[in-house]
This record gives sequence, C-alpha cells and structure tokens, in this order.
Amino acid sequence: MPKLIRLTPDGAELVDDRFTTVADDEAIPAGDIILSLTRYQAEGEALAGSGRDIGVVLAGDEAVETLVYDLPRIPVIALSFAKYRDGRHYSSARLLRERYGYKGEVRAVGDVLREQAGPMVRCGIDVFAASDGSTPEQWAAAAARFRHVYQRAADSREPIFAERAEGRA
Amino acid sequence: MYQYDALDKEFLADRSAEFRHQVARRLAGEITEDQFKPLRLMNGLYLQLHAYMLRIAIPYGTLNVAQLRKLAWVARTYDKGYGHFTTRTNLQFHWIKLRDMPDILDALAEVDLHAIQTSGNCIRNVTADPRAGATAEEVDDPRVWAEVIRQWSTLHPEFTYLPRKFKIAVTASAKDRTAAKTHDIGLSLRRERDGTLGFEVMVGGGLGRTPYIGKTVREHLPVARLLSYLDAILRVYNRHGRRDNPAKARIKILVAQLGIEEFARQVEAEWALIDASKVDLPDTELARIRGFFTRPDFATLPRVSDAFDAARAADPGLARFARNNVHPHKVAGYAIVDVSLKSIGATPGDASAEQLEVLADLAERYSLGEARVTHEQNIVLPHVKLDDLAAVYAGLKAAELASPNINLVSDIIACPGLDYCALANARAIPVAQDIARRFENADRAELVGELKIKISGCINACGHHHVGHIGILGVDKKGEEFYQLTLGGSGAEDAEVGKSLGPALPANRVGQAIEDLVEVYLRERKGDERFLDTFRRTGVEPFKEAVYAEAH
Repeated sequence: MPKLIRLTPDGAELVDDRFTTVADDEAIPAGDIILSLTRYQAEGEALAGSGRDIGVVLAGDEAVETLVYDLPRIPVIALSFAKYRDGRHYSSARLLRERYGYKGEVRAVGDVLREQAGPMVRCGIDVFAASDGSTPEQWAAAAARFRHVYQRAADSREPIFAERAEGRA
Repeated sequence: MYQYDALDKEFLADRSAEFRHQVARRLAGEITEDQFKPLRLMNGLYLQLHAYMLRIAIPYGTLNVAQLRKLAWVARTYDKGYGHFTTRTNLQFHWIKLRDMPDILDALAEVDLHAIQTSGNCIRNVTADPRAGATAEEVDDPRVWAEVIRQWSTLHPEFTYLPRKFKIAVTASAKDRTAAKTHDIGLSLRRERDGTLGFEVMVGGGLGRTPYIGKTVREHLPVARLLSYLDAILRVYNRHGRRDNPAKARIKILVAQLGIEEFARQVEAEWALIDASKVDLPDTELARIRGFFTRPDFATLPRVSDAFDAARAADPGLARFARNNVHPHKVAGYAIVDVSLKSIGATPGDASAEQLEVLADLAERYSLGEARVTHEQNIVLPHVKLDDLAAVYAGLKAAELASPNINLVSDIIACPGLDYCALANARAIPVAQDIARRFENADRAELVGELKIKISGCINACGHHHVGHIGILGVDKKGEEFYQLTLGGSGAEDAEVGKSLGPALPANRVGQAIEDLVEVYLRERKGDERFLDTFRRTGVEPFKEAVYAEAH
C-alpha cells in the first residue's frame, strides 16, 4: 500500500493510503477510491450507495467552488500539482479551509517537494504524497523552519503583528 | 526609518539558516544544480555568464548608514569592490562565490538586509517614492504602506508560486517618481474631498515583451483596507493568470484579456468574500509602523542660507550641481540631494565600496542618517541642510559622485546587458557610456534639458526602454548587436509606451543617431518644451527623417 506523510500535532508520520486513485478509463475497484472531478460528478451519486468513501482529485484548473455542495460527504480532496511551480492550489486549499470550512483531508499530490512544505501546511494541506522521497521528519522540519509568520493563513499560527500586540517582540 | 524588532530579526536568522543548510547540501553533492536552482533563486542568487550574481533587496529603496557600510564591506570582501543598483532599487553583486553565500547572508542580516523575494514568481521588493518624507508634494508618507506591504508579502504562503513575478510601487505625489504605471500594481495615495486617505489602485502595467500601462481598477480604496484588497487581486491573478506560457503569464495579460471592467468585477467579488478582519492590519499595528516614519529631528532654520548662496555664487560647479541635483524640501532650510551614479564613462548604477562608504559618511553627517535608492539607479540624500550643501558637494566630488546630470541626457538607465547577463542579446553599458561621452559638455547637456534615455540589452526590458523618452533595445541580428530605437515613452504620471523609430541600427550608428535626434529636438522645440513634449507635438517624422536620411 502506498505511503503518505500526514501532519500530526507535533510533527508528521507515515501512513498507509487507504484510497485507490482511479483513472477515468479504469474500472472501479473495490474499497475506498479517489475520482476525477468529471467522474465524480457523473458517477459519484451512484457509487456512494456502495458504502465506501469517495474522494475527489482536482487538477490545477479545476475550481474548489464546484465541490462546495458535496463537501460534507467527501472525506478527502486531493489537489494535483502538475509542477511544483503551479501555485493555483495554494488558493484552493485556503478556500476549502477558510471559506468553506472543510474539515476533511486535503492532500497534495503530483510534483510535491519538501521545499513546498512550509506554504502547503500554512494553506491548510495536511497530507502529502511527497515526490522527492522526503521522510516525515524532513517534512516536519521543513514546515517548521520559521519561528514567525507575517500573515494569517489556514493554519492557526498567529502573525507577527499579533505577537507584537501581545508584547512578544 | 523602520527598525526591525526581535521578531523581524529572528525571521531573517531563520531564513539565513535555511539557506546555509541548502548550500551545504549542494556543495556536498546531495542535490543537483537542477534541484538547487529554485532554492538559490528564492534567495536572489542567479548564475550569470561569469559568476553567481546576488541580488539584495532594499525595501522601498531606503538605506541607513550601517547598511551602506555593510554593503561596502561585502563588495570589498566577497566581490570585486563594487555593486550595481537596479531599477527595482535593489543592489546586485556580480562576482559572488557560492561557498561564501551563507556568510554573506548572515552579514547582511546583521543590518536587517536580505535577498528574500528578489527572484522567483513571487511578490518582489516593493518600491516607493525616493523623496518620501522629504517632499512637500506628498499627501502621506508612502513608506508606511510600503512597509505594510513588505511584511504582508514576505513568504506569503498563498502567493509564493504565482504565474510570474509581481511588482508593486507606492507613490503619494502627483509627480510620479516610481514608474507606478509600469508595475503589476501601482498604488497612488490620494486624499478625498472628505479628507479620507485612499489609494488609486492601478493594475496590469508592465514592460518586457508586451508593454502595457497600468489601468485603474479602483479610484479610491480606503487605506486601512489595503491588504485585503491586495489579497483579492493576487488571488484572482494566482487562480486565473496564464501558466502555459511564461511570456504571457504576467497580470497585464490577464487584465488585457478580461478587460479592466471584468477584472475589476472579479476582484470586487473576491474582496467581498474575504474575511478582512483576518487580513487588514489592526489600527494599533498601522500606528506602530507609522510611528517609525514620523518627522526626524529637523532643526529650525531660515528658508534661505546665506552660506549656501555665497558658495554657489563663488563656485559655478556647485551652482550647476544645485540647479540639476538639488530639490526643494518640505522643511525650511533643508534640501533633497540627488546623487548621480551616472558619471561620464561610468557604468550606470555602479557604486564602488569607497563610494558606498562616502555616501554612508555623508548620510551620517548631513542627511539624518538616511539615503535612498531611486528606480533610475541613483542615490538620494533626503534631508540635507542648505548650510551643508557645499560640504556635501565637496564630499561627493572627491568620490566622483557629483555629476550634475540628474534627468539630463547622460542620466541613463541601463541594464547590465551582455557584459554580465545570460539573457541579453546585446551590450547596454558601452552604449550608455558612448552616449554620455557625446554629451560630456555640461552646458550642452543643460541646454538639452530633461531627456530620459533607457537601454535594455534584450526584450525583457530591465532597462525600461519602452518608457524612455528615447528607448534603446539591443537585438541580435545573425550574431551582431543591433539596436532598436523608440521615441516618446514615459514612465512617469504621463506614462506611455514609446513608438518605434524605424529599422534597428548597428552598434556603431547608435551614438550618432542620438545626437541627430537631439539636434532635431533643439531645432523644433518651442518655448520650454522638453524633448518628450516636442516629440508629442511633432510626431515621429522629423526625427525619423534625420536618423534615416542616408538611406533615402
């Protein structure tokens, strides 16, 4: 079973991926699955009756707004980074967390590198299919490199201006 | 000036430690150059033709004495004894060794300098009017807002991988010295009739391959709402800007494709959904930042200085310097001094370690400890007493920093060009040097008056050629350097993209062509028209005729 890095309250751990990501031209296997947006919209309703968990993977140009109505019953949304430089899903992740209050798993897949750990975590992504062989320890260290942040995001970190207001400068 | 507190300093220390770790991994061969490249670029380190180039951020162009001295020390210790100021008011060192980088960043961090976001597809170093806090023209101090933007944009997690780089300028005067309309976002502070402060927000300006002048997306944004509104613009851009072609990825292309009305509608719709209370700074923090930009300790002085008037009468050199490089200050008895980094035959924007130290000394003794960098690659001493002008002039002159040519024909913007840059098609520096030498006669240069020549060594337009009164673009024609001339551009409040003069000229004809253009102007001008005004009145024909006459 493929492994994923998952954030924990004090770091990160390696976990099994219980979902099978199914390509559009593949037959639906047994168990929990992740479908493309198109396939989810076409077959999601019918498959939901089979008592399994169904997640959705979004390509860079697919908007999270299309899923808002379905969010309560989607356990995982995988954001696909075709290239690490394609930053659209940083916005997607923040919108899911902050605007739509999504509590499920937000997973980064594709070109997912340790150097992106900081911004990804800050934007609310909590599970990572790292493509550079990073260990959970390396991932957690990269994500926690800065003691301070200058702005609020989807994580719970207080920005520098709030630290100052509390007299921590 | 803004002073870093312990939190700002710890942030820089963490950044420095991160890069030290990354350089160590690279030097040990644990990561390849391909893997290392994005990491070094995030820290302003480019690999150029001959060596690594380090670009250091100078937020809104403001430098204190300790920073100037540290830059001089880095130039001497790790480079060949000089640095190069850029049109983003940054400083570049062109001869850096990778192994020295961590120590250089640590040294810079000691004086609150860094190279964060001087490269990459992120929000770059924010620029502001170099006369901020000194000119009577401004309605508020733009540095306050530039500092607000600096903090908000620093390692912004959502906007670190934008479609393309993103540049913001802030001005607060009707006279624009920041080229705001050539920026991805230009912010112009205005006071409304009811007294409230707001920004005119202009979006989608930019030079490069397809030049655009920024368009107004909002006439009046209340200042306290700045960050949430910037968030909205950046989010629309991050989600919808093109990513299939780097040449079409700047926000100017998105704005042009959507049209400014539709772009504005999308921004307003996004802004309405943003929880502004999480983004906009609380009034206490705004007040804290503003507190750093209160009036420095000005003396109470008469409006005129007998000492200066006497010195000026006795020394025509000082008189000429005062005419061209000295500007009115908002406080009686003070002046703003422009220091030209364009002495005849020099490389535009270059400053030696010795010159940086002289500037530090003069700023310390005569300018309340401050200097500024302009986007035209010059330095400003913003707070000089009229009584001290003669001494400042003498100090500058001894360091070959007293060229009296601000805004004149030899005050040329030029990119590093093919002498340094891996992207360039042609050299820019020797072209600038040749033109400057042709107008070495200061009387003639003053007779010609304001004339902004801007030179880029390739279509990326780092030398702002599109908005030069005369723009010069280096192109490669079958391995030979040619230069395309444009006329009538402006990067100021009357911003406009220049028009092509005609076929590109070989390198050896550029200098003469500039002289021909100037002769046409002197012949055609009426009253006190600038070159730009005459061109706008006559159109391109008389100029074209003069330069291409031989071809007829």
